[in-house]
Amino acid sequence: MSKALLKVDGLKKYFPIRKGVLNTHAGDVKAVDDVSFEVFEGETLGIVGESGCGKSTTGRLLMRLLEPTEGKIEFSGKVISELSNNEMRKARRDIQMIFQDPYASLNPRHNIGKILEEPLIVHGIGNAKERKQKVLELLEIVGLNEYHIKRYPHQFSGGQRQRIGIARALMTNPRLIIADEPVSALDVSIQAQVLNLLQKLQKDLKLTYIFISHDLGVVRHISNRVGVMYLGKLVELTASEDLYAEPLHPYTQALLSSVPVPDPMFEREQIIISGDIPSASNPPSGCTFHTRCPYKKEQCSQVVPKMQEVKPGHYVACHLYEALQH
Amino acid sequence: MRKKLLEIKGLKTTFFTDNGQIPAVDDIDFSVHEGEILGIVGESGSGKSVTSLSIMGLIPSPPGKITGGEILLDGKNLAQCTDKQMQKIRGKDIAMIFQEPMTSLNPLFTIGDQLKEAILIHNPKWSKKEAYARAVEIMKLVGLPRAEELLKDYPHQLSGGMRQRVMIAMALVCDPQVLIADEPTTALDVTIQAQILQLMKDLNKRLNTAVLLITHDLGVVAETCERVIVMYAGQIVEEAPIKEIFTNPKHPYTQGLIQSVPDMRYKKDNLYSIPGSVPKPGSIQVGCRFAARCEYAMERCLQETPPLFEAAEHHKSRCFLLEKQGVEQRVESVIKG
Repeated sequence: MSKALLKVDGLKKYFPIRKGVLNTHAGDVKAVDDVSFEVFEGETLGIVGESGCGKSTTGRLLMRLLEPTEGKIEFSGKVISELSNNEMRKARRDIQMIFQDPYASLNPRHNIGKILEEPLIVHGIGNAKERKQKVLELLEIVGLNEYHIKRYPHQFSGGQRQRIGIARALMTNPRLIIADEPVSALDVSIQAQVLNLLQKLQKDLKLTYIFISHDLGVVRHISNRVGVMYLGKLVELTASEDLYAEPLHPYTQALLSSVPVPDPMFEREQIIISGDIPSASNPPSGCTFHTRCPYKKEQCSQVVPKMQEVKPGHYVACHLYEALQH
Repeated sequence: MRKKLLEIKGLKTTFFTDNGQIPAVDDIDFSVHEGEILGIVGESGSGKSVTSLSIMGLIPSPPGKITGGEILLDGKNLAQCTDKQMQKIRGKDIAMIFQEPMTSLNPLFTIGDQLKEAILIHNPKWSKKEAYARAVEIMKLVGLPRAEELLKDYPHQLSGGMRQRVMIAMALVCDPQVLIADEPTTALDVTIQAQILQLMKDLNKRLNTAVLLITHDLGVVAETCERVIVMYAGQIVEEAPIKEIFTNPKHPYTQGLIQSVPDMRYKKDNLYSIPGSVPKPGSIQVGCRFAARCEYAMERCLQETPPLFEAAEHHKSRCFLLEKQGVEQRVESVIKG
């Protein structure tokens, strides 16, 4: 196994809720609550979950676009959670992000050449001529042309804009790319093009990806390992074949069986869990999933289950599997 | 074959803009049969939503207008109805639910007020008490707990899944014959989506309401529909029973679309992708609209618009590749007949 490029330990992000005239601290929205994982060099780690589970917040914390409340982030041996803002800006040369909405993340007043050149200027890479060369090179890599350089974001289709977003992320030769729902806004036929491009780039440029998505089919397709999040916590983490073949956490099981399969001949026993996702400002006690869990035991509403390795490389946070451990 | 409830014949909806006329829906024919769930799939810009809005008489005018064809419901042509007449039909004979339930509910009124309004508009002789009783009944039917209390709540107090249930309740409150659902689960999470799809299937069985389900998600179609129509650039390119379309798709676009969806059950090494992107509506005037992206495109595809060919019983596809096959099949059926 290759070595860990990114190590996350006990990552937390609490957004305070303030109330009243005195602005007193009335509680917290626990967006990310004690999440730990590693990302190995050259792999794709998928993070899936429903809205409000904290997957995007996790992505932003890793880039330190949001300041973590607690926890340690180690990137290639360096603890980046303790860097000053200035040092962090330099460190971002190695960690880049691709966003969901390629229109909102591209400046409408800048042409593509300028958008792509900017990361190089920020990081002080190369002279004007070298920078231009690099812009052309990356446009080609993501499947666009030289004549696109003078155009503005609104002149591109959604798929092309996402290619520009990808090119921009690659400008500084990063080692880790955090992709937050990069294909969710795209039509199916375009989505496939972008996924294939991401995979090709990973192979050619030896990139490591963290791929955040709510679409389990897409995550399965692109990831080596997958982490499932529910209400700010990681509930299961394992190799992608394992997760889909034998999901252990009751939430993962329900999630997988809820996904509509594009095959009318496919028959299965669907587990439809009732109820909604509870609010992150007032999460249930103990295991946060106990309010919807079909296998709930008494202990589940009292004790928070710990993440444990049930099988080699297969981690799950559920009381059902504690017996197996001892 | 079941009775045809809603019949669309040669429907054409055009938008008149500064950049010229844009035919968003261009000459489509299909029918919705009694008690069935019919799916319409397509990517953005395929005209699937404009089709549903045309049926409901909700095309914003100007700039849009139904420029041709008929929409027949029980022999009545909805395309010719005045706004007043449409108001009586909408909600009573045909109802619709939308993608984002929050924008379809009025934030200033309680759920109860809004449900009762829908009931009283179509049943002006009912008392408020009767309307309230019906509202409670319909809320229970769509599986909402504590119906009496929920009726006093405002839309923002409900979760996304509950709001969509309220929308379904509101749509069904007058027992419509046809329910049009335009991307009803797109804004919802998968576990909630599964609940809503289950509910729609249950209601379809119990009330025998025909459903026209519009979606971009082939998975949703496979799990809920009996028949499906595939739209591309304002036209129907394929129509077939659900099993047929997934096991034996005939149009190159349908084939490509099905192959581009990542399947959760196994990993494909390389995902198939259709080259290029969806053409802007109205940009292709002659020939097959998919020709530029089609790997089987022939000279002829660029010059003539292919008609819908019969590929098998109840299976039609708009592709010249089927011409020969279609002829053979027609001959076969003549011999058999």
